[in-house]
Amino acid sequence: MNSKRFSPTSSTIKSRFTRRFLRALLKINRQRTRTPSSPMEICQRYLKVKLAADVSMASAVGSRRAWSRAMLAKIRHGVRTGSMCSLTMMRKRKIYHRKKSTKEVGIVGNAKVLRKLVPGGEAMDTCSLLDETFHYIKCLSTQVKVMTRIADQICST
Amino acid sequence: MSSRRSRSMQSGASRNITDDQITDLVSKLQQLIPEIRNRRSDKASASKVLQETCNYIRSLHREVDDLSDRLSNLLATTDSDSAQAAIIRSLLM
Repeated sequence: MNSKRFSPTSSTIKSRFTRRFLRALLKINRQRTRTPSSPMEICQRYLKVKLAADVSMASAVGSRRAWSRAMLAKIRHGVRTGSMCSLTMMRKRKIYHRKKSTKEVGIVGNAKVLRKLVPGGEAMDTCSLLDETFHYIKCLSTQVKVMTRIADQICST
Repeated sequence: MSSRRSRSMQSGASRNITDDQITDLVSKLQQLIPEIRNRRSDKASASKVLQETCNYIRSLHREVDDLSDRLSNLLATTDSDSAQAAIIRSLLM
């Protein structure tokens, strides 16, 4: 079973994340309108789901980790400024994915790229960056597994 | 200013005690990333591990995006009651 690979804290992170994310999904589902959705609504719902996933993950980890603190701060800041540029952000992210990886070699070059990927990575030294990366990857893969299971559950009904 | 910082980090990585910590963490990351694990090479260099880490994080981000997309479409197409039921069932599981 997967739980053998993870430490006890990870399995409770998994259950905390599952509970929060499912609660958020219930809320989003209730907000559905009966009329057919416009593309704008579809996009907004996608963003709500994604935001719910990130918030649930970050709050399930709590303030124990620098990356979750940074992520929660960024989300709160985004909510306060009311970022309507979320559409452009989404497009930018897709374009970023299509670009080839940077030509920089060596530890420092790759660490710079890593800093941009891990939330709060800009303000860390290399050692804690690697530590946070390790934890971040574990939580991201937990997130993917839980979301896949939920999607399969909804699909099978 | 950032270039000064990166230069000092570079000199630090080649001299200091933190070299050991970095090797430790790199080997931890090595075990976590499926690509490197499958290749079964113990001798993956630190920069290669970091590169694979970045790629892995990007692919995980992409998977989360795709899954959010899939979930939002599922919520839109399934009727409200069965979606609620499925979600509550997952909660109880």
